[in-house]
Amino acid sequence: MKRKWTAAAALAAAAALITGCSGGSGGSGGSGAAPGEKVTLTYANWSEDQSPAMEQIAAEFEKANPNIDVKIQTLPWPEYWSTLQVGAAGGTAPDAFWMLADHFREYAKGGQLLDLSDTVKSAGIDMSVYPKAVSDSYTYEGKIFALPKDFDTNGIWYNKALFDAAKVSYPDDTWTWQNVQDAAKKLTDKAKGVWGIAAPIDAQGGFYNTMLQAGAQIINPEGTASDFASPAGVAGLKFWTDLQAAGVSPTLKQLSDTEAVSMFENQKVAMYLSGAYWAFRFHNNANLKGKVDVAPLPQGVKRATVTSGIGNAGYAGSKHPEELKKFLAFLGGTKAAEIQAATGTVLPAYKGTQQPWLDAMPEFNLKVFIDAIDYSVPLPVAGNAAEWQGLAAQYLTPAWNGEKPVEQAAKEYQDAVDKVLAKQ
Amino acid sequence: MTSVTSKPVRRPAGRRTGVTDPGGRRAGVSEPGGRWALVFVAPAVLGLAALYLWPFLSTFTKSFQDVPAFGPATFVGLDNYRALLSDEEFWKAFRNSALYTAIILLGIPVAVVLAALVEQVGRGRAVYRVLFFLPVVTLPVAIGMVWRFIYNGDFGLLNTVLSWFGVPAQFWVADARFTVYAFGVVGIWMSLGINMIILGAGLQAIPKALYEASSLDGAGRIRQFVHITVPLLTPSIFFVTILSVIAALQMFDLIFVMLRGVNNTALADSKTIVYLFYEKAFVQFHQGYGAAIAIVLLLVIMIATALQFRLQRSWVFYG
Repeated sequence: MKRKWTAAAALAAAAALITGCSGGSGGSGGSGAAPGEKVTLTYANWSEDQSPAMEQIAAEFEKANPNIDVKIQTLPWPEYWSTLQVGAAGGTAPDAFWMLADHFREYAKGGQLLDLSDTVKSAGIDMSVYPKAVSDSYTYEGKIFALPKDFDTNGIWYNKALFDAAKVSYPDDTWTWQNVQDAAKKLTDKAKGVWGIAAPIDAQGGFYNTMLQAGAQIINPEGTASDFASPAGVAGLKFWTDLQAAGVSPTLKQLSDTEAVSMFENQKVAMYLSGAYWAFRFHNNANLKGKVDVAPLPQGVKRATVTSGIGNAGYAGSKHPEELKKFLAFLGGTKAAEIQAATGTVLPAYKGTQQPWLDAMPEFNLKVFIDAIDYSVPLPVAGNAAEWQGLAAQYLTPAWNGEKPVEQAAKEYQDAVDKVLAKQ
Repeated sequence: MTSVTSKPVRRPAGRRTGVTDPGGRRAGVSEPGGRWALVFVAPAVLGLAALYLWPFLSTFTKSFQDVPAFGPATFVGLDNYRALLSDEEFWKAFRNSALYTAIILLGIPVAVVLAALVEQVGRGRAVYRVLFFLPVVTLPVAIGMVWRFIYNGDFGLLNTVLSWFGVPAQFWVADARFTVYAFGVVGIWMSLGINMIILGAGLQAIPKALYEASSLDGAGRIRQFVHITVPLLTPSIFFVTILSVIAALQMFDLIFVMLRGVNNTALADSKTIVYLFYEKAFVQFHQGYGAAIAIVLLLVIMIATALQFRLQRSWVFYG
């Protein structure tokens, strides 16, 4: 008899060992902790650069809520989404986490996100303080599932020293597509290994913007079809293929070996059309001191830029939904925005809190990114966005390399995208 | 050669029954019921079940289902497999993996020669072994980064060296014509160390008497290598081949580190089977389809391994 008990105990110990491996968020069950009991919330992000600011925000929140302890979890980008997905499906996801518009739909549709609509009402959060294009992308079937944390729009990052050397005047808000093409030609100096512009196959910083500027939609509002092969769509793509054809940009192969942003930092390209998120990196690069500035994107038929932003979302399966809602409301508020702005890491989404961000890097004309909100359009994320976005390089490379007419490549890309959209 | 087989194999009769304790009783290993044995293996069995059997079964089931990111899966029969077999992207990945595996196999003769050479070194043999083994214990991420620099089309070391011989600069990891070969070279370099260790152990098991006898008969170093070392090393070579093929068919890390995340336009044509699996299952949320890829890969590995076991009869020499 005694022997049987020992055996059972040994088995139980072994079982505990195994479950112990996969555990993680055990702790006190039930929703809402008893008064006085300390509650721990985890808050996951993917940015080593931003985690100090996140720590600071968590500390500020803990000061006001001594019974809540916030743990910051920084995961490497390649693992972030698979970890989150597995965690959400298995009930061990972090309580609060960063969300991106292109992943948002899957999570909202799958019922993995905490509905914040009531919290917004009860906490008196005014949704109009956030750029509409960003807050809209975190609304699903009329419910709010995440509060915008930051946002980014695009502009022309340019190297003043290279412009001076080529005696070309700096870009400004009067620039059209033609100005960019002309300047890129003048700035290119093959002997010195300098190109006027970087023209990679880049959606968010690149051809989405020019397609919108030409009057295309990218994806229709119903999310059922794309218009890459429409006259406007092709015009938007040609902006980039023309630059490649003129030889004023490094080739795609060169840009595959060395990213466009690194080329810009190495002062090999004079213009780089991209987002506000590089400001902090350029600011910290001693080699670029006094050499870099930013201007609005050039105009096509009209002005346009895509915008997107990180949202702070909560896990529907969290053990402490009440505390979590409180924390998410705090993350969506002015204090959290100001901390982010002051550290210069990102452009906070909350209207009126961006001044410290501008002041943190006064050498750049960063106001262009905030002004761009007025003509910004949400990053298209219909259907299985990760799947159709992943097709861009495959279908557009021949057009960029001049091996296929742009119209034909655009048509093939459009058909492939529409096929993915039809599956939803 | 006969001297190898004629080693005395007869063991003293008294030893055959195994361990006996001082009291003369046989230790209680085979006590009827063996309940204790069960208890002692339970952690291992449970661990195995939880970490291998369960994921395998769940992958197997998923491969017959349409699995959304969240929520209930629906049974779709063989749809995933049917889609897979008509998916051009899968066949491209299959060809890339097969090519990569073939290149990796070319590294085995290199490992055999190097292992034999290192064995010849008297003093400082350990230093060589450590040098060859270093890539094995280095993070693949770090290796990928370093080789990215070496392969860089504009500033890479490889192009600089090749330019001395008049070879025009190439974009080794940005041009889909070269990527798989570029991975193959890194793969060989990474696995050389572990292969040499296994082969080195095999080399030390070859009786020195054979070399002495053959040199008395006038055989030179190369003759000895071809007629003594290689034949007697074939069991180790076979083992290394099996492991290499399995590892090569599962290649993922190099492509992940060297091509992904930098907008590399060569990625679309350079994917391996496991990379495609990762992309389908974890980036695009097609878990059922991903599971089908995993099962097909398992079958491919099983067939490749079975084939090798069949072929080994004609070339592996067990003394």
